[in-house]
Amino acid sequence: MIALVDSNNFYVSCERVFDPRLEGRAVGVLSNNDGCVVARSAELKALGVVMGMPAHRIPPAQRRRMTLLSSNYALYGDMSRRVNRVLGEFSPDVEAYSIDESFVGLDGHEADDLEAWGHRLRGRVLRDTGIPTCVGLAPTRVLAKTANRVAKSRPELGGVCRLAAESPETRRVLEALPVHELWGIARRSAERLALQDIHTAWQLRQADPKQIRRTFSVVMERLVWELRGRPAIALEDVTEPRQRIMVSRSFGRLTGEQAELRAAIRQHGARAAEKLRRQGSRACAVLVFVRSDPHRLGERQYRNSQVVALPGPCDDTRALIAAAQRGLAAIFLDGVRYQKCGVMLLDLVDVEREQLSLLPAGDGPERRRGEALMATLDRLNGRMGRDTVRFGVPGKHAAWPLRCEHRSDRYTTRWGELMRVKAR
Amino acid sequence: MASPIPGAAGGRAAAPSSSGAVQPLLGARVRAGFPSPADDHLDVELDLHAHVVRRPASTYFVRAEGDSMLGDGIHDRDLLVVDRSLEPLPGRVVIIAVDGEPTVKRLVRRGDALVLEASNPRYAPIPLAGRECHVWGVVTHVLHALPGAAP
Repeated sequence: MIALVDSNNFYVSCERVFDPRLEGRAVGVLSNNDGCVVARSAELKALGVVMGMPAHRIPPAQRRRMTLLSSNYALYGDMSRRVNRVLGEFSPDVEAYSIDESFVGLDGHEADDLEAWGHRLRGRVLRDTGIPTCVGLAPTRVLAKTANRVAKSRPELGGVCRLAAESPETRRVLEALPVHELWGIARRSAERLALQDIHTAWQLRQADPKQIRRTFSVVMERLVWELRGRPAIALEDVTEPRQRIMVSRSFGRLTGEQAELRAAIRQHGARAAEKLRRQGSRACAVLVFVRSDPHRLGERQYRNSQVVALPGPCDDTRALIAAAQRGLAAIFLDGVRYQKCGVMLLDLVDVEREQLSLLPAGDGPERRRGEALMATLDRLNGRMGRDTVRFGVPGKHAAWPLRCEHRSDRYTTRWGELMRVKAR
Repeated sequence: MASPIPGAAGGRAAAPSSSGAVQPLLGARVRAGFPSPADDHLDVELDLHAHVVRRPASTYFVRAEGDSMLGDGIHDRDLLVVDRSLEPLPGRVVIIAVDGEPTVKRLVRRGDALVLEASNPRYAPIPLAGRECHVWGVVTHVLHALPGAAP
């Protein structure tokens, strides 16, 4: 059995823990340089603000009804670490999959108390960190991911959903799940599946694995097995292009050498950067993680992660690797033998959209001119074809001042920015 | 992140150097039939952080503003150690969001009702009934700097 624990609107939840007035308000978090919306509260989603939307496209009248914050990666990184620490109290087998999602292996748990276990885990994370989560429980990663979706979409479940390998409930859920929304299926693959008359996750589950392997790939065949309840997929196999990029690998043997970790991080960082550019995105921050082997009880156990914010959305391999190495240096601990390390790229924004964000922030006349300019630009490009007018690409070393006017305090990592509590 | 080693449990997640990672290694070679009694009690440096921060995942530092809790030794600008995993039992000093504002007060039972009491007679108790209140955590320690302390 495996659980996928996913924090609800993670960045916004982090902000709300330390500023309770944000509770119930429409809250969004913007990418570095305050360009695009990278996280939204439920209230903001309800206002029609979509992921990746450039902040300047939100009409001023609507803006007044919401709180838009600059990203505070120091806070999100620390809260992510805390959530994973709590998860570690429930199982040694915690695999972070992104800053706000982790797989928790729970071998040895009796099948009948699983839901109760899920509720306990959820309650503990909420109590210790203030972060609400959803828990999907299933025999495989793909089904756990699906169960998590169900938990999220049905409030009456209380944040926990379990899908068995064989059950009428699992069948109903998979039949209702379009195959392109299944975890790990790229849009192109979905189109090809449609040609084979496979439109739902259930139809893929029922397909002949051998034929799927011949027509598609080994990974697609593994998806079929996973849907049937047989674990077949390693975390590294699954890609979710456009949303997140993670590159990690276990070392062949445990190593305590910092040089080996640095080399691995360099390699992972380069791979991640390639993937990033191939899909035409830029990342706002880099997360580095390291861990020992949780199954070797005699070994000294350690796991940690560090988020490093980039000065602006970036796709430059050198800058990404440099950030990753800084993160590694902050968490490398001598005397630990490491089994695994990895690099994640966070908050991917489209290159095109991001260039539009090089405009003054705030509500002053400059901003209004900026908005007028953008509208003109969009009209020209709409009438005369894409890229008729476009922004120059900023140089690699251009020192744009980092715009983070609306950043909340770094409540957990700076002595000067602690949460203030009233004693008046 | 979690670290099952007792020595590392008191660590601040971000800084391995201060993460209580000091682990007493056995100070003597193993000699069959001749145990060193000194190894039973290997004294290592006292770690104030580990002493105060029992659960790193749920422990936060916050800054007090005001003098309403002077009776509990909480001065204006003092640093408070807050553990979210502790139950807000009556009698404990808690951080509680009152109408969205984080506040430090003592939780007291008065008959059937819970009230927030200051420990400075100049401040009136705050009844909880009719207010939007969420307990945030329980204050476990106060760090008050005296003249001569580094700022």
